[in-house]
Amino acid sequence: MFDISLRNAGLAYGDNQIFRNLNLTLEGGRWTCLLGGSGVGKTTLLRMIAGLTSGRSIRTQGEVVCGDGLPLQGRIAWMSQEDSLLPWADVMDNVTVGHRLRSRSWFRKKKLDTEVKEQALTVLEQVGIVDKACELPQNLSGGQRQRVALARTLMEDRPVVLMDEPFAAVDAITRLDLQDLSCQLLTDRTVLLITHDPLEALRLGHHVYHLRGKPAELTDAIIPPGQTPRSLDNEKLMMLQGKLLDRLRHSEHDEGSRVHKGDIQ
Amino acid sequence: MKDSLKPLLVFVGLLLFWQGVVAIFDVPSYIVPDPMSVFDRMVRDAPLLWEYTLVTLAEMVMGLVLGVVFGVLMALVLVYFTGLRPWLLPLLLITQAIPVFALAPVLMLWFGYGMASKVIMTVLIIFFPVATCCYDGLRHTHQGWLDLAHTMGAKPWAMLRMIRWPGALPALASGLRVAVVVAPIGAVVGEWVGSSAGLGYLMLQANARLWVDLMFAALTVLAFCSVGLYYLTDYLLRRLIPWQSKTAH
Ligand SMILES: Nc1ncnc2c1ncn2[C@@H]1O[C@H](COP(=O)(O)OP(=O)(O)O)[C@@H](O)[C@H]1O
Ligand SMILES: [Mg+2]
Repeated sequence: MFDISLRNAGLAYGDNQIFRNLNLTLEGGRWTCLLGGSGVGKTTLLRMIAGLTSGRSIRTQGEVVCGDGLPLQGRIAWMSQEDSLLPWADVMDNVTVGHRLRSRSWFRKKKLDTEVKEQALTVLEQVGIVDKACELPQNLSGGQRQRVALARTLMEDRPVVLMDEPFAAVDAITRLDLQDLSCQLLTDRTVLLITHDPLEALRLGHHVYHLRGKPAELTDAIIPPGQTPRSLDNEKLMMLQGKLLDRLRHSEHDEGSRVHKGDIQ
Repeated sequence: MKDSLKPLLVFVGLLLFWQGVVAIFDVPSYIVPDPMSVFDRMVRDAPLLWEYTLVTLAEMVMGLVLGVVFGVLMALVLVYFTGLRPWLLPLLLITQAIPVFALAPVLMLWFGYGMASKVIMTVLIIFFPVATCCYDGLRHTHQGWLDLAHTMGAKPWAMLRMIRWPGALPALASGLRVAVVVAPIGAVVGEWVGSSAGLGYLMLQANARLWVDLMFAALTVLAFCSVGLYYLTDYLLRRLIPWQSKTAH
């Protein structure tokens, strides 16, 4: 599995420099977690890697390169904070939306290819909501919706997965379940997970970075010990969580005094 | 109370109010007739009213259909041919800045006294709310869906058909609701300026002969048509776009 390197990356919205000269390597087949307070630029960084930062007032520097020399485009799956399910499409259609978006046919085919449909049923089975295949998203709970989003991500079957606080909107217990599930289903993929929850980062990440300051900078990687998903009774983990929480609080307070309030979303 | 009963209650209330005003202020019947005599007239002239209602309804519905088609096409052009936008927007505004009332006589001249000129009047009125609402809806597709589609490598046509178009439907629906309400204006004004059939024509004739009860009868029927058309559209839109009321986007 190839590494992904971000070299001398910089991005500004107009005069608002979010980060500059940022270097980060995502190790192939591993999970990298990125922590940071609100408004520090986590989403922006993720969008830059995904190639979603184009706009008149957005200036970018630096480059994203893959270890195998091929472009990253077309090899990522994207999972954002809101589940982005299409409200008019049932679960099955939401999970297979990628296939239909890439199809060249002018009109909606009445039936999905059996191959695609079987694959979709398999991933729905894996995330445990195969019985909801015909439901509309509005009839699902927050946790179930995230499971559909996860199924959609799996369906894309890409080597790289970029996730932006995917479990931020669900309750603590559901969040732990979803973490375990994602960890199990996305092993061997290169994952960049953004979160503001230190515990999440420490449970799932092979490397944990903290983005802070303005312009934002990355701290050195923390490499938590043991296999992922790490269990909660791991003492070392709890200690690290305490440290990280302290650090997050301090950096937020520092920013609070330096940065204009309106800058923080 | 059931929501479907409320419009009916409003109708009954209006009738009572009308009757009350006529009774209390002793308004002479050549100024405002009382509801009963209007109803009488309606029954007596039912065949005529029916015939003219069909004419006006046909004008309204045809105008609506064409106006929606043109409005949606305009919105698509505005969204996808960005180069044309600066040229088309002023044109769109000009069609609204000129009052249709001023245009009506010219339209009669060009398209004759038949239905065509009324349909065109209606199209002119409806076109704008439909085009702007649809354009707005297409422009403000939920960013999350666009990001997702981009990373999935969506084809532009598939993107329109599967994401942007359905995403714009709730906005288009509000344009349609406005369009349905203003559609009668186009048809009736057209009939006033020159026609030989329709509820507007009937009103004009009745007015000229001081048949105030017939004039009110035609007005009542027109009101019923408009309200009926609105509720029908609203019902259809709710059925066809069931997600609009439940999602925040
Ligand atoms: N499209 C945009 N245009 C202008 N400024 C933006 C845009 N997106 C984000 N920002 C600003 O960039 C900063 C970082 O935002 P973001 O990356 O979303 O932070 P995070 O994900 O860490 O909460 C914020 O101050 C935000 O206001
Ligand atoms: Mg964010």
